[in-house]
Amino acid sequence: MSTVTTAAPDRSAAPAGAVRSWKTPILLSVLAVVALLVFGAGAPRNNVTFRLSDPNDAIVLPDLVLPAAATGWLTAVVLAALAVLAVLAVRRGSAVPVWLVAVFAVLFLIGFLTWVVGSANNPNVALYGLLAGSVTLAVPLIFGSLSGVLSERSGVVNIAIEGQLLFGAFAAAVAASVSGSAIVGLFAAALAGVIVSFLLAVFSIRYIVNQVIVGVVLNVLVSGLTGFLFSSVLSKDAETWNSPPRLPVLSIPVLSEIPILGPILFEQTIVGYLMYIAVAVIYVALFRSRWGLRTRAVGEHPKAADTLGVNVNRMRFMNVLLAGVVAGVGGSFFTLVSVSGFGRDMTAGQGYIALAALIFGRWNPIGAFFAALLFGFATNLSNVLSLLGTPVPDQFLRMLPYVVTVFAVAGLVGRSRAPGASGIPYVKG
Amino acid sequence: MKLELKGITKRFGSLVANDHIDLVVEPGQVHSLLGENGAGKSTLMNVLYGLYQPTEGTILVNDKPVTFSGPGEAMASGIGMVHQHFMLVPVFTVAENVALGNETVGAGGLLNLSETRTRIRQISDQYGFDVDPDAIVEDLPVGVQQRVEIIKALVRDAEVLILDEPTAVLTPKETDELLGIMGQLKADGKSIVFISHKLREVKAVSDVITVIRRGKVVGTAEPGASTTELASLMVGRSVSLTLQKAPAAPGEVTFSVRDLTVRAANGQNVVDGLSFDIAQGEILAIAGVQGNGQTELTEAIMGLQEHVSGSITLDGEELLGRSVRDVIKEGVGFVPEDRSVEGLVGTFSVAENLILNRYDEAPFARGLTMRPAVIEKNAQEKIAEYDVRTQSASAAAGTLSGGNQQKVVMAREFSRPLKLFIASQPTRGVDVGSIEFLHKRIVAERDGGTPVMIVSTELDEVLELADRIAVLYRGRLMGIVPADTSRDVLGLMMAGMHADEALAQATELQGGDQ
Repeated sequence: MSTVTTAAPDRSAAPAGAVRSWKTPILLSVLAVVALLVFGAGAPRNNVTFRLSDPNDAIVLPDLVLPAAATGWLTAVVLAALAVLAVLAVRRGSAVPVWLVAVFAVLFLIGFLTWVVGSANNPNVALYGLLAGSVTLAVPLIFGSLSGVLSERSGVVNIAIEGQLLFGAFAAAVAASVSGSAIVGLFAAALAGVIVSFLLAVFSIRYIVNQVIVGVVLNVLVSGLTGFLFSSVLSKDAETWNSPPRLPVLSIPVLSEIPILGPILFEQTIVGYLMYIAVAVIYVALFRSRWGLRTRAVGEHPKAADTLGVNVNRMRFMNVLLAGVVAGVGGSFFTLVSVSGFGRDMTAGQGYIALAALIFGRWNPIGAFFAALLFGFATNLSNVLSLLGTPVPDQFLRMLPYVVTVFAVAGLVGRSRAPGASGIPYVKG
Repeated sequence: MKLELKGITKRFGSLVANDHIDLVVEPGQVHSLLGENGAGKSTLMNVLYGLYQPTEGTILVNDKPVTFSGPGEAMASGIGMVHQHFMLVPVFTVAENVALGNETVGAGGLLNLSETRTRIRQISDQYGFDVDPDAIVEDLPVGVQQRVEIIKALVRDAEVLILDEPTAVLTPKETDELLGIMGQLKADGKSIVFISHKLREVKAVSDVITVIRRGKVVGTAEPGASTTELASLMVGRSVSLTLQKAPAAPGEVTFSVRDLTVRAANGQNVVDGLSFDIAQGEILAIAGVQGNGQTELTEAIMGLQEHVSGSITLDGEELLGRSVRDVIKEGVGFVPEDRSVEGLVGTFSVAENLILNRYDEAPFARGLTMRPAVIEKNAQEKIAEYDVRTQSASAAAGTLSGGNQQKVVMAREFSRPLKLFIASQPTRGVDVGSIEFLHKRIVAERDGGTPVMIVSTELDEVLELADRIAVLYRGRLMGIVPADTSRDVLGLMMAGMHADEALAQATELQGGDQ
């Protein structure tokens, strides 16, 4: 009887002759051809200067000067080689390795930067500013997608990120103006996020209303409510209601002097530091703590959790409220850090982009962090380039992150798998 | 630990799922609950496990009354349950699944899984489970997943284990192993409540058998009772467990499958190079444990699968690559395995469901309009002919019981001349009375000269209906054997042994016994 084993099909190994996915190699090949034609053949005949540090810094790095044509050709050729490797890998029947895609993405970005800056009227860009600015712009996105992680990992789709950010921004502005303290504004923002979350939780968990619909309705509600209050109260007496003090930038001595990384990591407002802490804490908690184990169980297979004595709906409720805190704090960025004062619909769809970052980042706090950074980078790049005067209209540059999202979500970097029970209400029985 | 249920009643609205049920489980005893699907066994166990609150009645643990407001409290009292549909989070590791709800937490609320791993290894060694605590559950075979469920209960110091239809998803060999494990647990002083409708297993393992019918205890039996006795107790009237059917008179071969291969999205061949023929007037039963390519095979024939290669011919016509509609128009009748999702539209009326495949043809349609009167008349005829228990022809099909739903599906498929009839799990979740009826209709179709293909994971059904038996294992054919092949041989084939090998081994084993 020794030859007989258990009978369920073994799903771990894909045999030769599998259904091959040509998506990735085709996409990489097309991009490599674009690189050869544009970055290589279309390269400007001049040098590109990347400034690595502010001349006033304690440690000044020399400027990085690259010949545009040579750099363009070099990256394009390497990209082409990577594309060929990807084709060969799929031919052999194996998947395209993740490192290959990652290296490809980074090189493509370098090639693109060199080309686009080189083609500008003034081929000279402050790389340190570009990066630091990207992080700043990404702050609300990161808070938003962390809010999505908390909520969706427990099984509740959070479309209301936009509303949470907007209400957070509004509450922060008003509370900080009235009290004269930005910190009070920060707490008010968290509370505002919780209020939106509470409505989402009550309707989607308690009354089992479709979660996407509740989310969208909440977004519209918050937009309408804040818009009304803005025109009827805030703009009539902006001095009292809409002139919040800004959160100060807290530079950490010495560490903030580190070239490039210093300003990104150690020259932030309290909201910026909270963001780094939130990413780390949520990541560790989600994958290493009891709370995280239960949250993920409730989001993947609520019935299993229920049969083990975990209260599914209470767990979900708490997570959605927590998501509100995170997104609300993220909303305060708009009125306490970015500009001083609330404006109608000032979040401008960032909540939806945070949702995209969540999916792109595969429902993982660190993945969402990097995805949001990519969006922040693209936005900042288009800002910087429009100042330099580039051949590409900046509307196209602004499209870049969304194009990247569509490709990414379509399966460029492996399949993105949502938590099993996300969006499905849990009813006993 | 002694467990006692006294006068447990559970009502859902007007429906009485459990009606004053009394049950005593003594320590170190295997107590079987025997009953048909829908008799109320699972409801009773969910009450016992704290998932439902009883409408009336008390639960006594060691003669003390207890109430469970949730599974957590039931577990704390020493009751563990292995559900029919496993309650495992597929993306978690074994250790994470076992720890869930019962976590060991270190500093700062961080999980300490190493203790859980140690416990899993201990239990695994004690009972010979061979379970790796760090394996991801969805990668494990079904039999091993079930052991993880048992470990989950044992880690929580369960004294009473409820096993809800545990053998439904197992091969005969895995079933034997499970029955062995139950013996070991019993020897350790644990009590087991074994829920099943499979008479043979119940007889093999029980100390006491309680039979439940329509929510009531209708009697208890000794394991020595005969199968017919148990079956009639379970159904409430005498049933003939063996189908009276004439030997097959196979005619011309009209349906052929050659080198049929279906690839799944993950690249694996879920159906792998199948070739077989079915003659007119013959039933070929496809046996095998669930998930070994049966679904994909039937769906490939119907045109519901992508990535199919090979050839499927009916009366010399190639079916592969044709649309589902085309295949149906060719005269293929199909009863899918999940009638409530694929066989019926639950919110449509019985009358509408009866013409789902012919709604656009005469006499049910004229031009662009349907003819309600004709449809209604057709429904009345079919309801009478198939004895469908429904309030009216306009009742929503989803409100019918499983057996009656299946009768509607069968009536629809048999209501036109067929060149091939395929039924997947034709009697799953159907009461024994209806099973008899449905089996007779299938045999009648065969006798009318139609090639018939039956897919079933129930060996009893396969042996009952088949003229020949094909066994599938991991998408491959282990051989086609005559209908009188022994259960042992079929069991070996279902576990992945080729027909000749299995025959040789079974003969050898029998030789050894004598």
